[in-house]
Amino acid sequence: MKEFERAGERSLLSFVEHKEAGGRVAGVYCLFASTELVRAAGAIPVSLCGKKEAPISAAEKTLPPNLCPLIKSSYGYAVTDTCPYFGASDFILGETTCDGKKKMFELMGRIKPLHLMHLPYDADGGQALAFWLQEMIRLKGFLEEQTGRSVEVRELNRQIKLQNEVRKLLWQISRFSRAETVPLSGLDMMTVMETKSSCSDLEAYAVLLRRLIKELEERCAAGVAVHRRGAPRILFTGCPVGTGSEKVVQLIEECGGVIVSMENCTGIKGQDLLVEEDTADPLQALARRYLRIPCSCMTPNEGRLNLIRGLAEDYRVQGVVDLTWQCCHTYNVESFVVREFLETRHGLPSLHIETDYSSSDTEQLRTRIEAFLELIA
Amino acid sequence: MSGPGSFAGIDIGSRSIELVIFDGGCPVRQVKVPTTYDPLAQCEKLLDGMRVNRAVATGYGRRLFVESFRGIEVSTITEIQAYALGARHLFPEVRTVLDIGGQDTKVILLAPHGRVAKFEMNDRCAAGTGKFLEFMATALQIPLEAFGAFALRSDKRIQINSMCTVFAESEATSLMARGERAENIAMGLHLAIVQRTVGMLRRVGMEPPLVFAGGVAHNPCAGKLLEEQLNVPLIIPAQPDMVGAIGAALHGMAGAQERGTRCDRKS
Repeated sequence: MKEFERAGERSLLSFVEHKEAGGRVAGVYCLFASTELVRAAGAIPVSLCGKKEAPISAAEKTLPPNLCPLIKSSYGYAVTDTCPYFGASDFILGETTCDGKKKMFELMGRIKPLHLMHLPYDADGGQALAFWLQEMIRLKGFLEEQTGRSVEVRELNRQIKLQNEVRKLLWQISRFSRAETVPLSGLDMMTVMETKSSCSDLEAYAVLLRRLIKELEERCAAGVAVHRRGAPRILFTGCPVGTGSEKVVQLIEECGGVIVSMENCTGIKGQDLLVEEDTADPLQALARRYLRIPCSCMTPNEGRLNLIRGLAEDYRVQGVVDLTWQCCHTYNVESFVVREFLETRHGLPSLHIETDYSSSDTEQLRTRIEAFLELIA
Repeated sequence: MSGPGSFAGIDIGSRSIELVIFDGGCPVRQVKVPTTYDPLAQCEKLLDGMRVNRAVATGYGRRLFVESFRGIEVSTITEIQAYALGARHLFPEVRTVLDIGGQDTKVILLAPHGRVAKFEMNDRCAAGTGKFLEFMATALQIPLEAFGAFALRSDKRIQINSMCTVFAESEATSLMARGERAENIAMGLHLAIVQRTVGMLRRVGMEPPLVFAGGVAHNPCAGKLLEEQLNVPLIIPAQPDMVGAIGAALHGMAGAQERGTRCDRKS
């Protein structure tokens, strides 16, 4: 685990080396940015998604306070230049996952070169795929212009394979928590998952993941558990979380629950979706895969319910905690659908929490979470 | 003085602390003090000289109590559990518990056998709780204890749209500036919190009998409006703010009994 906790510093160093050697670093904000394409163009993708409260007040000089903390934190880091990853980024890839974000990106574009990917809203429609493929082509053009390197089919297919391998390993790691004795806490799982979006060398990262798999196999064989016996098994879903915005994850485990799976986009979402390998038209393959990410910005978003159902069954979940960051309208509205789906179709209790990054409501949240765990225990 | 078989339940809320002591299965003492800025000192004062075997704490100060209180065996339960247990003890038929306290509103649906089936609680904002009424009473210069009766003297119902304490206060101020009677404004403010509470009750799928507990249950206007809007009679305990402390004490007793049986089996 220590290696994962230190992964951030190491990757920063490697970004510097990469840049000194003439390479580029791409700042990305979302799962919808194709990291395969970024890498095939010779750039390293790094996630800049804001997870901390600190830069929010600086962002509120420009952005309205009643905007989601993730957008404000992301923008705050950019204007205060306090995130080393943002500093290292040569250009930014934004996406239109929500109204707040796309308008924020207009402002961020004043700070660094920024490419905005336009998302369709309907993952299944035929028109949507054609449109999204055009967006992939447009992204490729932007990347080539920024890096001065053209994307070759062979290299893109190689990157697809590598990224698929990492997805399979992450999926495998998360599967250990299906066991009765869960070998990795939700908080540790979050740390591991977080490193996937800042690693510079995918092959070295895969080695690290394989080492963790061995360690987890040993822990499982030895019956090591990170929780007390009979701790309620929780599926965590909703908005993304990370170091700095882990308060709900932490509270669940402090109050005696164990998070066996995280469905959100900083967790397992998308890790089960592989890109078709070795095709003559890898851009098409990428477009197909990326459009299937079950984000609440899509309508309808059946994919999320299917993923939740699968995880709930596989991980023998006893309750679901659905987190919405304040003012995230898509996840907030969808919470009703999720609750209805869980309660009426699967008889699973759920708790919806709406909050922001600040710690001001910690004790109220503790009461609600504790009471929820009492209810399902 | 309580004997060796006594259990304390202590509910450390945002505004007041309630202590109940059970001895031989009966409540022998019930005390209420304000929370102040030093809840722990208040708890120490409350428990001073009382011999209790075991205390169970609930309310937002429960963790502080468990972490700092020495000398007796202490544990905690959430207010949800405590109010469910307390209300069930006082009214065995209860299916829904509404608790409006100083900074939280809780709605608890009980299964027919008494377990908590579902609950709703306001988020961080204390809009629509006792705090809201306290602020508004101050704004209208009416003592909090008299605020409900004052509102009941209204001669019309006006709608106050803001649930945020700050916004509602400015809405009340503009109504005063237009010459609206203070009683009518008070009624409008009560209606606002009752409508919000009714929404929460509907969300959990309220079932009668309904027990109304917590400090705001002392307010006759809140009770009257709730009955009106829900169309069910409310059951209000004689001491509505003691329900959580009673539940906590009962939890301690049940735990001790369980352990007692286990010991018996062993011997």
